[in-house]
Amino acid sequence: MTQVSVAEPAVADPPARPAPRPRRRPSRRWLLRAASLVAALLTWQGLTAAHARLWVRFDQLPTVTDVAEEFVHQLGTAVYYQDLADSLGRILAGFGIAAVLGVGLGVLLARAPIAADLLQPLFEVVRPIPAIALVPIAILLFPSNEQGIVFITFVAAFFPILVSTRHAVRAQPTIWEDAVRTMGGGRWRVLRTVVLPGALPGVFGGLSVGMGVAWICVISAEMISGQFGVGYRTWQSYTVVNYPGVIVGMLTIGLLGWSTSAAVELLGRRITRWLPRSETR
Amino acid sequence: MTVTSEPVASGLRLDGVRAGYHDADVLSGLDLDARPGEFLVLAGPSGCGKSTLLRSVSGLHPVRSGRVLVDGQPVRGTSADRALVFQEDGLLPWRSVLRNVELPLAVQRIPRAERRERAAHWIDRVGLAGYERYLPRQLSGGMRQRAQLARTLAANPRIILMDEPFAALDVRTRASMRALLVDVWRANPTTVLFVTHDVDEALALADRVAVLDRGGRIAALVDVPHPRPADPSTADNAAAKARLLAALTEEGA
Repeated sequence: MTQVSVAEPAVADPPARPAPRPRRRPSRRWLLRAASLVAALLTWQGLTAAHARLWVRFDQLPTVTDVAEEFVHQLGTAVYYQDLADSLGRILAGFGIAAVLGVGLGVLLARAPIAADLLQPLFEVVRPIPAIALVPIAILLFPSNEQGIVFITFVAAFFPILVSTRHAVRAQPTIWEDAVRTMGGGRWRVLRTVVLPGALPGVFGGLSVGMGVAWICVISAEMISGQFGVGYRTWQSYTVVNYPGVIVGMLTIGLLGWSTSAAVELLGRRITRWLPRSETR
Repeated sequence: MTVTSEPVASGLRLDGVRAGYHDADVLSGLDLDARPGEFLVLAGPSGCGKSTLLRSVSGLHPVRSGRVLVDGQPVRGTSADRALVFQEDGLLPWRSVLRNVELPLAVQRIPRAERRERAAHWIDRVGLAGYERYLPRQLSGGMRQRAQLARTLAANPRIILMDEPFAALDVRTRASMRALLVDVWRANPTTVLFVTHDVDEALALADRVAVLDRGGRIAALVDVPHPRPADPSTADNAAAKARLLAALTEEGA
């Protein structure tokens, strides 16, 4: 129903509508954003093309045009897309498992004291270990490198998601749960209707962070023990002295990380529309 | 639109109820009776256990000893029969007004079509028709309390427990909410336990006012003569107000 009849109900106070948002003209903001990127590229091209040696040795780096040529070349090869698909598959597998287990265990830790007593000490000991330090363990544990890389990605994303979920559930006002319980709602009803939806803003915070660290770890793991994948290809390019290839790899990683984070962010915003937030972005 | 299911009011009896937090008892042996369909107001100094009393009746807060009886049956935990209305609204902020009002009906596993119909009826009844799709944050405090009232009434409870539901509203909105409450309660006379600090509010709403003392016991019971809305100029009402004020002053409210 979209009837926003301003005709007020007989005995009502007027609705508090969200205030009109203040905003700059969007075209100008996009111009500023583009200008910052272009300036960075121009500086890079200028420094490398002029073989500048300002203690930092820009003459060693490929120029923007070298990189652009290499990028176009790689876009025409099948192996580029194979690498993309491999890295994305690893990310999605590791991150997906981490999302399911992180949210599930996060809720459990927040709601069940027994589970908290059993699991919390274990998690607190394992959590400070950087996931990439688990590479030897992963190699020993798993029959193939592929599973090891997914494992490391999973561990990296798991803890931020777990911790954010646990905090989000704990921070919920009890009034929501009390309301549903006095309607006669039981444990599952409360979980489904209050705990999970109420925790979503916090959960998505954890998913965003988790996606970021998942990329760091999948790329590092690929560089150490991968066959195929963007991280592997980037390191490979370095070992065969294809410096433009290294930069292409880095840019690819950046774009992949950015687009997956944006996807998580977008999904989170869609699902948590009910949150009061400034609408200037 | 017709909404069938006639509401049934339950009698309530509290029998030596002791309840509290940590080491301290807030209620120490409280006895209280409410007739089916009675509007009973609880007044008293802050910290005297009014809210604890409501939470104990609702089943949210455990009773240490004594009994809470609804129609002679001891209560065990929460139930849809006893609805609790909060001071801050207990609406779920991610659900629209309609979906909030439908929630207790979903909990009772009422089919979707009937759910819609009953929710729409009560939303209309509290004066929120046209606001079904609004989120709670898009509504004023008074409108949120209207929505909460609709949600409570849609569930068809036998006892409604109201914990200072209008305390956070401005004077004018509070008066219109009172009028609305009396109006719907007259049409569906459920048993109501209503906590307030406000003497005029107590007199405007109550059949009887129970004044609690700081020890969590009933210090006085004041009958309020009617018809509603109570006319403060009649001698009977003036006398009731005087008795209530005297009882409250004695308890240091």
